[in-house]
Amino acid sequence: MCLIALAGNPNVGKSTLFNALTGLDQHTGNWCGKTVELAQGRYQYKGREYRTVDLPGAYSLVSRSPEEKVAEEFLREGGADCTVVVCDATCLERSLILALQVLALQPRTIVCVNLMDEARRAGVTVDVRALERLLGAPVAATSADSGEGLETLMEKVRGVCDGFQPSARNTEPWETSDEAARRFVLRAQEIAGQCVVSEKPSAPTKTERLDAVFLHRVWGYAVLLLLLLGVFWLTIEGANYPSMGLQWCFDRLGELLHRGAEAIALPAAVSGALLDGVYATAARVVAVMLPPMAIFFPLFTLLEDFGYLPRAAFLLDERFRRAGACGKQSLTLCMGLGCNAAGVTGCRIIDSPRERLIAVLTNAFVPCNGRFPALIFLLCLSFSVGSSLLDAALLTLCLLLSVAMTLAASKLLGKTALKGEPSSFVMELPPYRRPRVGQVLVRSLRDRTVFVLGRAVAVAAPAGLVIWLLANVSVGETTLLGWLAAFLDAPAQLIGLNGAILLAFLLGSPANELVLPILTIILTAGTTLGGDMSAQMAGLLTANGWTWQLSVCTIVFFLFHWPCTTTLLTIHKETHSAKWTALAALLPTAFGVALCALLSLLFRLIS
Amino acid sequence: METTMNRLREGQSARITSLGLTGELRRRLLDFGLIEGTEVRCLRISPAGSPMLYRVRGTRLALRTADSSLICVEADECV
Repeated sequence: MCLIALAGNPNVGKSTLFNALTGLDQHTGNWCGKTVELAQGRYQYKGREYRTVDLPGAYSLVSRSPEEKVAEEFLREGGADCTVVVCDATCLERSLILALQVLALQPRTIVCVNLMDEARRAGVTVDVRALERLLGAPVAATSADSGEGLETLMEKVRGVCDGFQPSARNTEPWETSDEAARRFVLRAQEIAGQCVVSEKPSAPTKTERLDAVFLHRVWGYAVLLLLLLGVFWLTIEGANYPSMGLQWCFDRLGELLHRGAEAIALPAAVSGALLDGVYATAARVVAVMLPPMAIFFPLFTLLEDFGYLPRAAFLLDERFRRAGACGKQSLTLCMGLGCNAAGVTGCRIIDSPRERLIAVLTNAFVPCNGRFPALIFLLCLSFSVGSSLLDAALLTLCLLLSVAMTLAASKLLGKTALKGEPSSFVMELPPYRRPRVGQVLVRSLRDRTVFVLGRAVAVAAPAGLVIWLLANVSVGETTLLGWLAAFLDAPAQLIGLNGAILLAFLLGSPANELVLPILTIILTAGTTLGGDMSAQMAGLLTANGWTWQLSVCTIVFFLFHWPCTTTLLTIHKETHSAKWTALAALLPTAFGVALCALLSLLFRLIS
Repeated sequence: METTMNRLREGQSARITSLGLTGELRRRLLDFGLIEGTEVRCLRISPAGSPMLYRVRGTRLALRTADSSLICVEADECV
């Protein structure tokens, strides 16, 4: 078995090549530095197995971003039999800088010139033979998207692994000084000058025309807002009916299970714990979460694949700079919209440790997918006039508040716990690429939706059991749940909530999507709901004296409270520090408590 | 015309004369191929004035004006 390392700049189609080689469909995003964990795959060629490692995208082997460090260390010590450094045929000159560095570090290297089809369309021709001669290393030209040139690449990899393909002649010794870096640049320029011919484009390219709108001083922001609004509207509008349908199916299945339990004479306590506790909670979480997730994730991945997200960072960077943070934080913030844990991991794309920590600590300020359904429900309950477009607008407003608070919290951190000068910001804006719709659907459904859902069910099931126990074990006249809610009522009132809501937030810590289902269980004192869930929940809340003021405070607390346990565990993994993890939990909670207290004071003054 | 990179206008081209930067950013710019003599063209200025988007060696690169003000360039006459 041979070990192959795939290296290359971000956005050169490295992950697509990896997928094309190994068939293991792995997440490929059209933005800088997307691959964070080392993805591995295998392929067979001529009766031999090749284990392939997809290294994080890197611009250089001497820089200090954690991802680039991973790539450099692997190339140095990973023991690869062959390194494939992937270059972008549309801008070979830039790609060659890294390729020359890799060649200096690892003589057993093949230079793979990818995106040949895109280059042809842009009128760029690469003379592969000349490149091979000038580099003194094997070169393979590919278009990973269409599979063009893969056979040649695999043959050359086999050659290097077997030792009969001549290894690269070292053109430059491996050095890390500025002078050496300059030599790599000059050499890349010289080589590209001799083997790349590009026609002067007669008309502006697609990317230039799109940027003229997306980065326009007025239209740019309008498009950004409209895209957000559109994504939310589609999510709200599209999720309604499947959600109701799912709940109906789960209710029928629940009835069947109840009948089955009676038939085999299961003790009431056991069937109650399993069916009313575990099953009902897990079913409700799935019914509420699955449809919006199955819509939101693919839409978001399409935008990502298209290359829009770095544009958002370009438009918003100045705001982040003024808050002492990095413009790339707007990317991790967007990732947080999907899942805060994913957003926290994504913060590795930020170079400066100080700004990375700021981004990690404030990621939970944006509502994740687990909170959206609850926010939508509460907004519709108290403020809806029956138009889903208006609901989407309200949700967008919530998000803007989140972003504002993220900036405020970042600024606060930058002035106190994480003092320091704002670092530089260098970001490449990749060309727009047609999103691969089919791949995006499969990928986001399988990799993201099923993963997040699996996690939610895994925490919902045991949480359901705990809640059922709390709701059914009584001390005196009142259930444990009742006791706890009563105990929490006084502090909760201070911030405009009530004991039941605060208890639901506390018990919902494993996953935010649990909070509303738990609240209904607390309010119904243990009995389960059936039929049209939203209508019943609305009725239930109104019957318990729900007011619009209570909605506002709950929504604000939903936006700003401690991150779910998965996110906290991820933060601990990323920061290796209990102190920062604790701060990550305290910071949004403090903001939520302060805002809610202020709001409830305001409401009391008005009435 | 001798100026700094942040003063370029949209569409204006220039040639880098010196990188007045140190440390990590200098290194980062070297990785992107920005050295003395490199051609740059200002593509777009963000609505807030910073960052600015440049074409460098066939790619689009966004730089904060705080950083690009330290890069001296010889600019072509206005377009």
